[in-house]
Amino acid sequence: MTEAPILVARDLARDYRVRLGLFGGHATLHAVAGASFTLGPGETLAVVGESGCGKSTLGRMVCLIESPSAGELSLAGQDAVRGNRDSRRRLRPLVQMVFQNPYASLNPRKKVGAILEEPLVINTKLGAAERREAARDMMAKVGLRPENYERYPHMFSGGQRQRIAIARALMLNPRIVVADEPVSALDVSIRAQVLNLLMDLQDGLGLAYLFISHDLGVVRHIARRVMVMYLGRPVEQGESSVIFNRPRHPYTRALMSSTPAVDPAHRAQRIPIKGELPSPLDPPPGCAFHRRCPYATAECQVRRPELREFDGRLVACHHAETVA
Amino acid sequence: MTLAADIAVADPVPPAIGPWRETWLSFSENKGAVAALAVIVVVALVAVFADWVAPYSPIAQDRDAFLAPPFWAEGGSAKFLLGTDDVGRDMLSRLIHGARYSLLIGCIVITISLSVGVLLGLVAGYVRGMVEELIMRLMDIMLAIPALLLAIVIVAILGPSLTNAIIAVAITYLPHFTRMVRATVIAEMTKDYVTAARVSGARALRLMFVTVLPNCAAPLIVLATLNFSSAILDAAALGFLGLGAQPPTPEWGTMLAKAREFVQSAWWVVTFPGLAVLVTVLAFNLAGDGLRDALDPKLKR
Repeated sequence: MTEAPILVARDLARDYRVRLGLFGGHATLHAVAGASFTLGPGETLAVVGESGCGKSTLGRMVCLIESPSAGELSLAGQDAVRGNRDSRRRLRPLVQMVFQNPYASLNPRKKVGAILEEPLVINTKLGAAERREAARDMMAKVGLRPENYERYPHMFSGGQRQRIAIARALMLNPRIVVADEPVSALDVSIRAQVLNLLMDLQDGLGLAYLFISHDLGVVRHIARRVMVMYLGRPVEQGESSVIFNRPRHPYTRALMSSTPAVDPAHRAQRIPIKGELPSPLDPPPGCAFHRRCPYATAECQVRRPELREFDGRLVACHHAETVA
Repeated sequence: MTLAADIAVADPVPPAIGPWRETWLSFSENKGAVAALAVIVVVALVAVFADWVAPYSPIAQDRDAFLAPPFWAEGGSAKFLLGTDDVGRDMLSRLIHGARYSLLIGCIVITISLSVGVLLGLVAGYVRGMVEELIMRLMDIMLAIPALLLAIVIVAILGPSLTNAIIAVAITYLPHFTRMVRATVIAEMTKDYVTAARVSGARALRLMFVTVLPNCAAPLIVLATLNFSSAILDAAALGFLGLGAQPPTPEWGTMLAKAREFVQSAWWVVTFPGLAVLVTVLAFNLAGDGLRDALDPKLKR
């Protein structure tokens, strides 16, 4: 990566205070802890993990709608955590978001045109005619007919709605788009279309994607770099070709073996993950994965492995050398 | 970029029409609602032009015709189309003038409780925390007292008059609106389109009033129309207790209450104010239902 990164996150963390019932008092939930990554212009970083691992919280922090409890986040070289409200507001148009469920992410009472123009109304001083022009241009870019300007979201199919959502995200010319499982709610037949649209737009506009997903097939298709998260912490991150070829964290291995493959020759032996995802309110001591890990030893129960460089990627496992 | 073939073929695009016309088109598909709206328009027109429409003054007494029956009944005359009451006032004129009071009461009560309720509910649902607790517990206290009793207490403090009765009824309806708005706002706030507006940079006021509030409109409209009719009834009940409109004001509810001793001997004195209330209330309910359907984009074709 030669260009300066557009996004730098260092030890990003987000805690929530949770009430434990009526008389239970409070507990701290670490939704995300110690996530560090960079994102260059035009690059895609995939964040992978099962539900509840903190990947959506991470996306919300990058979008500046959730402020980190600790750590640093800078966008285009500017601090996005500290600094006054106005300077943070100015950074906001840089990052936009595409949501998982296109049936919930579009305001049902607004027409497509109004949905697309809202970001312009809030952030720019463009006149009505210019906004309309911009919205129609964007509709053409994402493959929507101009007649659809006057229609309501409920008149569209899931794939078309997701196109509208993508168009809205691009209205402010962002540098980064956080895509929170953008295709997992869509029909399989539509997924490729939307993914191709996202990739075309990335090539055309030089967008950086933070692509949140649990679908490793999609990730392999779209992302050059991957970050695997477990219980709020990154456990393995690096080039996707390196990781997919030879995962060094037992959790990544298990995750990959659970992806269905059509070709029996490529079908990895299934490594079942034992047990349930532990409660993030009460994470296991030591390595958070040790209770479900086939490689776990006594050390894993007491000492939490830090991310370290090994075999061309970062991995947080005491036994990375023995895995695979 | 994207191939033209990629554009999903949609069914024929409807011509672009204004939002008002669009609402009217879907509203007019509901025949019952249209009929109800016609009734409302007639009642409203009659109320506005009462001075010209009514044959007599609503308080003028004809000492020769106490309890004269309507024209088609035995002993009735065309002079008093719907008969007269116990002091010889023309029923038709009183009903026509009464439409003014009833519509006015309904409008003012709903305007007050709706606007204040929406404001409190939006703030409670958006801000949450202590502010929400404070507002909602206050509403709970108000709900714990029977509505009419609360209204009586308020009128007793303010003094009996039509204005104070309207204020009292508006206050008793406040918790319904507040609770409903709060619940809907909380449900809507969790949806992604609100987050999307936030990502676009929308601030609190825009989120509350532009993004969330229109999506709470459908249940509010139904509640408002239902309460419109109950407001008329409640104000009448206060009048019956001597705490609302004072005689000789030709308010329908007061007329109904004053005429109860003639139920057996002069049925028209009780029947016509009752019918007037019934028809108006029914019309508002039907029209409210139709409006809800018309305003809900999900039901549009």
